[in-house]
Amino acid sequence: MGRHPMPAVNLLEVRGVSKRYGAVVALRSASLTVAAGEVHALLGANGAGKSTLVKILTGVIRPDAGTIEMSGRPVRFASPASAPRAGLAAVFQDPSLVPDLTVRQNLRLTGADPAGVRRWLAAMDLGVDEDDLAGDLPLPLLRILDLARALAREPRLLILDEITAALPADLVERVFHVIRRWRAQGRSVLFISHRLVEVRTICDRATVLRDGADVGTLVLAERAEQQIVALMLGPMAASPEALRPAGPGAGTRPDAAVRDRAGGASAAPLLLEARGLAVSGALRGVSLSLRAGEIVGVAALEGQGQDALFDCLAGNRRADAGEIRVAGRTLAPRTPYDAIRAGVVLVPADRVHALLPQRSVRENIALPLYNRAARWGPIDLRDEGARAGAAIARLAIDTRAQRQVRRMSGGNQQKVVVARWLAAGFRVMLCFDPTRGIDVGTKRQIHRLLRDLAAAGAAVLLFTSELPEIPLVCDRVLALYEGRVVRELPARAADEATLLRVVHGLAREEPPG
Amino acid sequence: MTGPPAPGAAGRRPIAALRAVRRSAWTVAIVGLLGALLAVEKLVHPTLNVFDMQSLVDGALPLCLAAMAQTAVVLSGGIDLSVGPMMSLVNVVSALLMTHATNGQAVLIALGLMAVAAAAGALTGAVIVATGVPDIIVTLATGFVWGGLALHIMPIPGGAAPAGFAALMTGELGSVPSGLVVILAALAILWEPVHRSPAGLALYAVGSNRAAAYLSGVAVGRARVTAYAMGGAFAALGGFALTASTTNGNAAAGTSYTLTSVAATVLGGVSLAGGRGGMIGPVAAALLLTLINTLLTFEGVDPNFSLVVQGAIVVLVVMVAGLVLVRRRGA
Ligand SMILES: Nc1ncnc2c1ncn2[C@@H]1O[C@H](COP(=O)(O)OP(=O)(O)OP(=O)(O)O)[C@@H](O)[C@H]1O
Ligand SMILES: [Mg+2]
Repeated sequence: MGRHPMPAVNLLEVRGVSKRYGAVVALRSASLTVAAGEVHALLGANGAGKSTLVKILTGVIRPDAGTIEMSGRPVRFASPASAPRAGLAAVFQDPSLVPDLTVRQNLRLTGADPAGVRRWLAAMDLGVDEDDLAGDLPLPLLRILDLARALAREPRLLILDEITAALPADLVERVFHVIRRWRAQGRSVLFISHRLVEVRTICDRATVLRDGADVGTLVLAERAEQQIVALMLGPMAASPEALRPAGPGAGTRPDAAVRDRAGGASAAPLLLEARGLAVSGALRGVSLSLRAGEIVGVAALEGQGQDALFDCLAGNRRADAGEIRVAGRTLAPRTPYDAIRAGVVLVPADRVHALLPQRSVRENIALPLYNRAARWGPIDLRDEGARAGAAIARLAIDTRAQRQVRRMSGGNQQKVVVARWLAAGFRVMLCFDPTRGIDVGTKRQIHRLLRDLAAAGAAVLLFTSELPEIPLVCDRVLALYEGRVVRELPARAADEATLLRVVHGLAREEPPG
Repeated sequence: MTGPPAPGAAGRRPIAALRAVRRSAWTVAIVGLLGALLAVEKLVHPTLNVFDMQSLVDGALPLCLAAMAQTAVVLSGGIDLSVGPMMSLVNVVSALLMTHATNGQAVLIALGLMAVAAAAGALTGAVIVATGVPDIIVTLATGFVWGGLALHIMPIPGGAAPAGFAALMTGELGSVPSGLVVILAALAILWEPVHRSPAGLALYAVGSNRAAAYLSGVAVGRARVTAYAMGGAFAALGGFALTASTTNGNAAAGTSYTLTSVAATVLGGVSLAGGRGGMIGPVAAALLLTLINTLLTFEGVDPNFSLVVQGAIVVLVVMVAGLVLVRRRGA
């Protein structure tokens, strides 16, 4: 595609786009412009309408009103197949690779040029066996493949809907590297993320959506973050509390006292102990212990055994060797049911697997309640409603589309997964990236919630792909590398630079104990 | 392929051939089971000769083709409850049209009917796609339509087929049962060109995950319609197999094939959720089910009871396979 000197029109111009689903207004009136050679952020709280706008831009759904222009010419797409012809390609919030086809077949399916895809993968220092079934690949790799496939179409505007949410830090860096190259070629990116640090790093301008309408566009200068948060959350939510920036050095934390106390009080009862957990090809003897009131972080690059560790503890798979003890009693969970009965619950990485997409929010939250041993007879609807209602309120879940969970925005689905355990009760919560795809306001609510849970006597094991979260919520952190715990740090010492070093297996040290 | 190994993929890089075998393990197992049963049969009744193979294929041909019709649709994530009635209808119409036809005319009639059946299948698919009414309901309804039409056209069995046409489907070609040739030809001429084309990929993709396929830019509706059209064409072939083997038309001849085609499809390793499986497995499963039936009849088992045995076998095989899968995942 030859490049012409850009005329003085915007590459993309969206004006007054709206979309409603029955009574639910997903987009009220959104306007947005993206210039050529610009990385433009699209920001907003969960349910603000970002993904809806992406779907409209790519012809997945049709808007009720509004206009879209590319380079000054109005465009209208009948299906996702027609958007690429106008120079648009998107990576959607949920993986769009077909699980039962091989990678090669998936590429052929979209008419992507395999050589181009390989080139872009190489640019990110990655390779993939094209004969692997897409369904067998780990989520981060699927996202990268989605990205490479979109890039290989050489669109003028690349749309990335929360591509970094499922990526570990090193992969995010590689994605950014590619985005910078892309921009240097005069092409544009519409970038969606809940991580403001990323937005500051990579984007030129940002448009903020609130309740389905754009509430401001700003240039990302030094102090833009607080402005963004204020715009995103609206005048009512913009309390000084909500305005505090995230990330390391975030000032005094309300939970600092709790953490220091936990650090000193090692007399609290041991809730979860694992000794020598091994899984062939993934885990090579991991031991850890969690006391009541403690939040222990797990930091690792992709594929260092964290999936297997959480799966073993949650009863999704059996360890080849090792022992798990919960509150002093040996637990050899054969199924998640066993683990849940012992009080060990999982907030999994992939919310798609954890939810009943066709059922209501309330049923999804109440699901573990049905599972109590010896619970026969009719369901106590009042009790169910009360517990679900309390959990919904506590997590501020947007219940506009609550009749079917699959219609809710990605972030709100994620909240439902957390909410169900709040309603059911537990001793140990295993959280695998619980804030993935969650907006800044809610993210802080979840951090506070985890601290509250710990303060109330629970233990939390938290894997997060967002390293700055660790000093913010954890008491200690374990670094996993090649299936082993290579380092244990107090959270105070776990700033991002240190963590990055240890998760890369640098600064190796014998694990204590 | 170049560059460092993908994250998470390290340490599991099986040889391509091995992987191909593992992915089609079920097909291999079903074909193996069929072979083993044939071998046992040969040991117990050493008189087994080409003629027995011949009669097995002749008896199994309608079910093989019905299973292929069902498989095309199930792979795309649907189900077709009109396979049996469609076979009846084609059987009746072809027997009527072929009554005084020469062999050449019969072949032309067959080709024409196949095109009409494919169009009817496409229409069914289009209704499902356009209205959003579940496939199970639409095909149940079209099944009643085809069945009713067949009865209307031929209230009592009648019609005929020229001997040459019958021999084309149920005779033998050299020393090979011509039914096998029909199946292989149907696979080579009808299925493989689609299977290997973008349309075939789309069909599997739509069956595997419709939302992801749609987001990938697949024309989901077209892929589903294609599947039902293929199903119609295969069902027409199944109807001809009935015509050839009975040399007449009977509006009830196809009725039982709807459910047995589903059984053969499942037994053949095709996921009822769509997107996974192939054509060889269901064909082998159809042969297997027919062989078991023949054996039971041969041993003097009450034909009603032999249905019980057939059903039990389907459940048993699917159950064992399920257990194996659970084991593998849990390991
Ligand atoms: N098919 C649908 N039916 C009903 N409501 C829907 C549907 N799709 C989206 N919505 C609603 O539209 C609103 C906007 O959703 P959208 O997915 O665009 O949010 P988002 O900004 O991408 O949020 P997140 O950051 O959580 O991904 C939500 O309230 C959602 O429940
Ligand atoms: Mg979204």
